[in-house]
Amino acid sequence: MTAMQHDPAYNFAYLDEQTKRMIRRALLKALAIPGYQVPFASREMPMPYGWGTGGVQVTAACLTPEDRLKVIDQGADDTTNAVSIRKFFERTAGVETTEHTVQASVIQTRHRIPEAPLTEGQILVYQVPIPEPLRFLEPRETETRKMHALEEYGLIYVKLYEDIAHNGAISTAYAYPVKVEGRYVMDPSPIPKFDNPKLESAAIQLFGAGREQRIYAIPPYTQVVSLDFEDHPFEPSKADHDCDLCGCGTSYLDEVITDDAGGRMFVCSDTDFCAARQAEGHRGRLSGEDAA
Amino acid sequence: MYVAVKGGERAIDAAHEWLAEERRGDPKVPELSLAQIREQMSLAVNRVMAEGSLYDPDLAALAIKQARGDLIEAIFLIRAYRTTLPRIGHSRPVETSDMRCDRRISATFKDAPGGQVLGPTFDYTHRLLDFELAAEGAAPVAQTGEPQQASTPRITDFLNRDGLIQDEAHGDATPPDMTRQPMEYPADRPLRLQALTRGDEGFVLGMAYSTQRGYGRNHPFVGELRIGAVEVEMEIPELGFDICIGEVTLTECETVNQFMGSKTEPAQFTRGYGLVFGQTERKAISMALVDRALRWQELGEENVGAPAQDEEFVLAHSDNIQATGFLEHIKLPHYVDFQSELELVRKMRRGAQGSMKEAAE
Amino acid sequence: MRDDALSGGFADTPVEAARAFRAALEAMARPGSIHAVSGAAAPEPLSVAAAVLLLTLCDRETPLYLAPGHDTEALRNWLAFHVGAPLVGPREAMFAIGGWDALAPHDAYAIGTAEYPDRSVTLIVERTELSNAGTRLTGPGIETEAHLSLPETEAFQRNARRFPLGWDCYFTCGDRLAALPRTTRTEAL
Repeated sequence: MTAMQHDPAYNFAYLDEQTKRMIRRALLKALAIPGYQVPFASREMPMPYGWGTGGVQVTAACLTPEDRLKVIDQGADDTTNAVSIRKFFERTAGVETTEHTVQASVIQTRHRIPEAPLTEGQILVYQVPIPEPLRFLEPRETETRKMHALEEYGLIYVKLYEDIAHNGAISTAYAYPVKVEGRYVMDPSPIPKFDNPKLESAAIQLFGAGREQRIYAIPPYTQVVSLDFEDHPFEPSKADHDCDLCGCGTSYLDEVITDDAGGRMFVCSDTDFCAARQAEGHRGRLSGEDAA
Repeated sequence: MYVAVKGGERAIDAAHEWLAEERRGDPKVPELSLAQIREQMSLAVNRVMAEGSLYDPDLAALAIKQARGDLIEAIFLIRAYRTTLPRIGHSRPVETSDMRCDRRISATFKDAPGGQVLGPTFDYTHRLLDFELAAEGAAPVAQTGEPQQASTPRITDFLNRDGLIQDEAHGDATPPDMTRQPMEYPADRPLRLQALTRGDEGFVLGMAYSTQRGYGRNHPFVGELRIGAVEVEMEIPELGFDICIGEVTLTECETVNQFMGSKTEPAQFTRGYGLVFGQTERKAISMALVDRALRWQELGEENVGAPAQDEEFVLAHSDNIQATGFLEHIKLPHYVDFQSELELVRKMRRGAQGSMKEAAE
Repeated sequence: MRDDALSGGFADTPVEAARAFRAALEAMARPGSIHAVSGAAAPEPLSVAAAVLLLTLCDRETPLYLAPGHDTEALRNWLAFHVGAPLVGPREAMFAIGGWDALAPHDAYAIGTAEYPDRSVTLIVERTELSNAGTRLTGPGIETEAHLSLPETEAFQRNARRFPLGWDCYFTCGDRLAALPRTTRTEAL
């Protein structure tokens, strides 16, 4: 896609400059205190709360005209909300967009980290629904804030331990809590726990929760440890299959129901990753000769 | 042969076209004008202005039209628009004592200076469908009286004169602005009142109702309810004095609530306060009750664990734009997370079935 | 450099501020990395990089402290016109600007609270030299190690020990800037 002019009816990247400065200050403090949730005066965006307003504000505060933006939801570029957010920035910032992870300088995501390793010079922006990892254990902000201040994380370990006692395994499959740089317990947003190891990255990772008015960050090369126990170590998991289109055995898979007789197939959730492999000639169980 | 779902963009465009067509409805029926909405759906317009936190009846009418009458959607449109407006300055606090009242009632006194003025109220109408409204008729004309020239004194001021009601602290501090600063708990009263005045009418009503039914009861009387226009003034530094920049219609409710007093303090009434854009009296009364319930700590009352006493619970859940956005977001695809849970449940079932089998053997 | 208050701001704020912020973001995310910025020209002694940072991050909502040497009438006028930040003492400042020695004592600034460690100052330290030599840096944002010509190391070590409290620093020299967040471990060589 070619770069275009942004819609002159709006400021570059939609937000007014004062709002951007406020978000930018929050982002810098977030990088300085990895994993800590910085309160910010989230603005009302022209899209609903819960649909990526935090990520959109962070992206808007970061974009330059030279950027190339990729937006994914569930790993795919063509899911409706990803399309909607991409169109929003095409219109209001006039930036180039791409579906290719390697070509993107800013990637806004909901629920996935791309399969291709991210590199220096890239920024990954997460949309976050509930930024507080302790929220479902303690609904009160006044309490959870104290717990973070005192580094009092016993409650979350008790929860994980009770899982093991009841189910024989930790029953958190996504939004699996992590500890950043040995200090703050952080919610990595609802990514599958398969993606957790990728939180240690060469890229800058920024998290925006609009409705909950929080911004947080993981600088590059920062230690991110998924919470676990010595006798129940953390394991990232995925469907025990290969991709039926590109044959990849290590990517995160979507399960697709193909008929009403129990037929199903598994395909890469990261559509760009899968398409690139197919273009390189990789084939899966259900690839026709004409696939690609 | 399976192909990954494509065409999100086309689907969105088609959906928007269909929406526009449905919004218009049957083209044989004349289109609504904004003036019609503004004049004949004025209470809907008022609610959109109040919860949208933007006083502009024409824009509210446009939002209602665009939202096909879905008021929360209309409030959302107004909020998103409001965010883009530059902040030029601050008005002086409005003086509701100088309100040109269309309606002014007190439940605590039979009569008072300024009088009881019913105004254009649904109270005492019999809720019988008026089938004559279904036909177009001549515009009704109401009888008129002499407008009062003097300002209408406040009922609570009469009580205050005798020390029977607690005086409210005066302060010159600039109140925080919840649209420019992140919410922080505990919140002070100005912040709570801001959240309540733009809070969802249904939510605030429900909270207020719960206090009446015993969940944090605070024995309210409507000391005074007044609806009318007030002038908005702004200080212009270059001029060195205040000028009137316009007029807004407000609904103000002050409740008079029981207070037991203590060994050191004589018994006194206390107040709850509601102030809302437009003619919005259900909301203003509800706001006053919830405000009073949230003041338990400051007034030395017991927290009985009632929802309406719980500041964080009330303030964090009163905003319908936040609530509806988050509620409706569960419509978005979540299949990545679901897949992750699916794998986990399969794995745990395999484990459980394995151990059951072992136990059986 | 100009001495008049009205010129020297961004010509195209949304775009120039966006580019400047990306440099500031990269700098804070990768301690020790040095980035060139442009677009501002303030009265002496404010460097281009420091002026760019102030235009990009500060406004009426950010109390600013001008350390001795930077507290000049020309600069005050320029800031009043382009930034509008209220000028305050070190204790209340959200941003502070000056030479390293002029900013002393360095424990006079807000370092945040246990519940809100973000409520801390960002120091903008004007330097006559800025290079990837000298103090060894390790920590978040740094793959193995980095080097930066810091004015000293002890104050930074003390600051890092208070983590998660502490202040964060930008260093500016001409049109270049680098950053040192409180997480960076410093070691004199």
